[in-house]
Amino acid sequence: MSADDARDGDSTDDLNAFVTRETVEGDADGPLAGKTVAVKDNISTEGIRTTCGSAMLAEYVPPYDATVVERLREAGATLVGKANMDEFGMGGTTETSAFGPTKNPVDPERVPGGSSGGSAAAVAAGEADLALGSDTGGSVRNPAAFCGVVGIKPTYGLVSRYGLVAYANSLEQIGPLANTVEDAATLLDAIAGPDEHDATTRYDAAEGGAPGATDVPDDVHPADATEYAAAADGDVDGMTVGVPTELVEGADDEVVAVFEDALADLEARGVETVEVSLPSVEHAVQAYYVIAMSEASSNLARFDGVRYGVDGGEGNWNESFAAAREEGFGDEVKRRILLGTYALSAGYHDKYYEKAQDARAWVKRDFDEAFAEADVLATPTMPVLPPKRGESLDDPLSLYLMDANTVPVNLANLPAISVPAGEAEGLPVGMQFVGPAFGEEAIIRAGSAVEE
Amino acid sequence: MTATDEGAESEADAGVVDPDEVRHVADLARVDLDDEEATAFAEQFADVLDYFAALDEVPEVADEPDLVNVMRADEVRDGLSQEEALANAPDSEAGFFKGPKVS
Repeated sequence: MSADDARDGDSTDDLNAFVTRETVEGDADGPLAGKTVAVKDNISTEGIRTTCGSAMLAEYVPPYDATVVERLREAGATLVGKANMDEFGMGGTTETSAFGPTKNPVDPERVPGGSSGGSAAAVAAGEADLALGSDTGGSVRNPAAFCGVVGIKPTYGLVSRYGLVAYANSLEQIGPLANTVEDAATLLDAIAGPDEHDATTRYDAAEGGAPGATDVPDDVHPADATEYAAAADGDVDGMTVGVPTELVEGADDEVVAVFEDALADLEARGVETVEVSLPSVEHAVQAYYVIAMSEASSNLARFDGVRYGVDGGEGNWNESFAAAREEGFGDEVKRRILLGTYALSAGYHDKYYEKAQDARAWVKRDFDEAFAEADVLATPTMPVLPPKRGESLDDPLSLYLMDANTVPVNLANLPAISVPAGEAEGLPVGMQFVGPAFGEEAIIRAGSAVEE
Repeated sequence: MTATDEGAESEADAGVVDPDEVRHVADLARVDLDDEEATAFAEQFADVLDYFAALDEVPEVADEPDLVNVMRADEVRDGLSQEEALANAPDSEAGFFKGPKVS
């Protein structure tokens, strides 16, 4: 991607990729020594404000580091700042940030994607070698695709969420962004692995081992037995790639054309492609939003203006609480809290939340069946090219539909990577590979073949 | 859209949402809204709930993973100091968080 050319005459400051610029040197040596890293602003950094892109936390300074930040420092990386994002991760364009939108370095009139838009823009513009984002329904892969960089959403439980400000715990994972698959995999190597502060990183043989990492003993966390960077070898000869027709049909023609060219290149390298079907994904976006909003309505109840955040002022507890939240939260956050409260309220719980859980189980089952026929699945990451800023903010539903290809992966707890597959109309198109649980090596291998 | 504590199963027509109903849910969620927000949300919620209604077609799917106990031993370990815990509070007094009166 010619990010450097596009940036001419448009200073990187103007991208608004960072909420806070501050440098913290890492340890002297380690696998990431000499590398600069941007960290999404919902990942806690001790002594450096962590805003989540929200006015609610404009002055919040965490008293501790997230586990991934500790691991970055131990690996020798230098933190260069806190990256801009959609408020609390709620958006796909980085336009809902209380600190203003981030521009796409490829075309400053367009959105960088989101919610980790600052992380992707910083990497694409050369403001950081690497970045961390978080992915609840596509928030690493979407901006990676729109900015023409690589992004990985790890299997649920591979990377610690300790210190990540929660939005929807059952769906989200912290993931790496970089200019190459190998760099992203190297960053994944540094952050992955069990953490006593996050019980969901505990890897347990009772779950039936790791279907995507069959060579790993059942009592070992897959991250402890795997070097992900080594899988970026481009050696896809003999690999079977499944193409879920439902997730290709919904994409724009120019996106599909780039996707199909990339598939043809893979076939030339010895990949066998097969069509697979995921009938449940028709309901994935609905299920995702019901679950994510429900979890958000509960998680964001902590912002009461007492322990941190905006002071709600005079009045009784309820009045003060409600005033703090009116002032501190933006529109999209309010929308999701309200819709989540509604979906969980008596009389509606069965209609929305229960049904969404059924759909989630159905999506998982569909993926299991597809992986009986293929090593990895491939789709366009985003069904559209990056929109212009301001085009879609007033129509929340149209923005939700943009997540059609990314949310099924989070519902099924699976790993996925987005890699640049080419351009259409001068804009980057991302290709997504989805793997079985803990099958990061397979998606990294497939992704590295596309970038060659 | 009428979220009541008694339930409203009969309100199958999710397509109609008025600003008062939005205000009721906002009240449950403890978020003040101005009139403009309540009106805009009513329109947007109608679209979104209409879309969610398609979940009706989803069949019941059994998903009961084996659950394992992940409790750790209950050992004393370092936590935040009182000073650190209070550092971000808008108001505190004598080492405590200071909140508004309860009623």
